[in-house]
Amino acid sequence: MTNLICITCPIGCALQAELVDGKLSVTGHSCPRGEDFARAELTNPMRTLCSNVRTNNPACPLLPVRTQGEIPKAAMMDVMRLLAGVTVTQPLQCGDVITSLEPICDGNVIATCDFPF
Amino acid sequence: MSIQTNVAVIGGGPAGLAAAIAAAKQGAQVLLIEREARLGGILKQCVHDGFGVLRFGEKLAGPEYAQRFLNELRQTNIQILTQTFVDKIKPHPLGWKINLVTAQGMRQAFAKAVVFATGCRERTARQIGIHGTRPAGVLTAGSAQFFTNILGQLPGRRCVILGSGDIGMIMARRLTLEGAQVQGVYEARGTPSGLPRNVAQCLHDFNIPLHLRKTVTRCFGYPRLEAVEIASVDEHMQPIAGTEERVDCDALILSVGLIPENELLETLRVPIDPVTRGPVCDQYGMVEPGLFCCGNAAHVNDLVDYVSESGEIAGAAAASYTEQPEQQHAQITAGQGIMYAVPQRIALPAQEIPLYFRVKEELGKSRVVIRVGETVLAKKTYLALRPPEMERIMLDLSQTTLQEGDEITVEVQPL
Ligand SMILES: Cc1cc2nc3c(=O)[nH]c(=O)nc-3n(C[C@H](O)[C@H](O)[C@H](O)COP(=O)(O)OP(=O)(O)OC[C@H]3O[C@@H](n4cnc5c(N)ncnc54)[C@H](O)[C@@H]3O)c2cc1C
Ligand code: SF4
Repeated sequence: MTNLICITCPIGCALQAELVDGKLSVTGHSCPRGEDFARAELTNPMRTLCSNVRTNNPACPLLPVRTQGEIPKAAMMDVMRLLAGVTVTQPLQCGDVITSLEPICDGNVIATCDFPF
Repeated sequence: MSIQTNVAVIGGGPAGLAAAIAAAKQGAQVLLIEREARLGGILKQCVHDGFGVLRFGEKLAGPEYAQRFLNELRQTNIQILTQTFVDKIKPHPLGWKINLVTAQGMRQAFAKAVVFATGCRERTARQIGIHGTRPAGVLTAGSAQFFTNILGQLPGRRCVILGSGDIGMIMARRLTLEGAQVQGVYEARGTPSGLPRNVAQCLHDFNIPLHLRKTVTRCFGYPRLEAVEIASVDEHMQPIAGTEERVDCDALILSVGLIPENELLETLRVPIDPVTRGPVCDQYGMVEPGLFCCGNAAHVNDLVDYVSESGEIAGAAAASYTEQPEQQHAQITAGQGIMYAVPQRIALPAQEIPLYFRVKEELGKSRVVIRVGETVLAKKTYLALRPPEMERIMLDLSQTTLQEGDEITVEVQPL
């Protein structure tokens, strides 16, 4: 039995989860998303990573970004290093892709606000 | 040159944005006033995700949540003044006279109704009595967030975080991601004051220790912080002699609570709720005739979705505000086990209203009952209730006959 806190929504249910021979048993969840969370947590925990990247515009020197979906928790620091090397130079809209996450993992990093703002 | 408008909204954070848009949708002429250069309020620096789960069904980053409202704002003809600070407000035959301090000098605005959406501010080291030197490197979690996320400067390389509020935990993660070392989060109470999900995803994920029943009693170093003294506290939150230890650090980050920012409203001598520290308001956020308050200025929210909701309600009500003969009110009181309930009063007659409350202490399975006298108006069963989590109940009062002075009580019973 592993004790987990579901981070899918602000309620933060306290889950007890166990994975035996690929069969998941969960208690403590208030909705089905809690089961999905527990499964991922016991196999390959996933997180959304949010941060900033540099821009070449002194009036808005940093642009907030996040991974488009979730990425493996273990890849977070590698993605931070990737982002440290990115500089935005072109106008962007909130949601536009800034960089791909290849070869670290699948997915993209997107802007979370218009640039310039 | 002075401005005349129907509704003036003070503050361009999520509460003010929602209020201005809602008022404009009602056909009102709206003036939105913000002291900073950019709209969005505190959301500009909240680059982490978790915003908008209730409203949009998505986990958005703070700026992304604000962007949705900014895009909507562009479709309206709301007059926007940024870098404009409201320093005074007074009653006036046209409604309210608002004094504006702008980069170009002083201006006046006249509005029939005013919505206060001025947000909240953080408690500081002085307010919690830390002794010793006053070195650089002692800052609030919100300031640390501003340095890191807006200016791109790391506030410290070895950080101690005092208080387990959400902003402190979020900054613990953020600083770790940016390469700083977070020595630990110290909390004087026996339970974390932020959401459980933040303990999990901000502290556990990064192996940041959370020390309960401990506090910072002293700062060392000058001109830069070099270390802090940590002590265990007793049940009255008083440091226990002999338990002191020294922890080296170059930044002490405080996440010790938020207080609604209402200096302006207080100059009008409106009643302030001693628990929420916001003004006493009705279900429309109305504080007194023509004066409305919403978002964190009314009471500190933990979910921006509710902030936007309160802004929309106040904005729409401000747009349709007309002077009325003496309004009748019922009162809402926080009964057994309830820390506070908002709104504090209800303008009559009332329909369906969202009621927000927090419990005093952590509870397991329990039932919240809302009643007037012996008549139960609503009840709801919860599996768990915690003070950091504000709860919301839709209260349908359309079938209830209430009179001036009636007292509605919210109470919680453990099951
Ligand atoms: C660090 C932090 C993390 C958070 N994390 C989350 C989260 O993960 N999920 C979530 O749902 N919610 C979160 N919240 C809560 C939510 O974001 C806030 O409750 C919300 O932003 C408050 O909105 P507001 O409009 O009331 O205040 P604010 O956003 O503070 O806006 C107030 C505005 O008023 C302006 N102003 C004040 N006084 C004047 C004046 N006299 N003249 C002109 N302008 C003035 C200020 O400049 C500011 O722009 C977080 C809050 C903080 C502080
Ligand atoms: S189980 Fe469902 S309700 Fe509970 S925290 Fe997870 S998503 Fe939210």
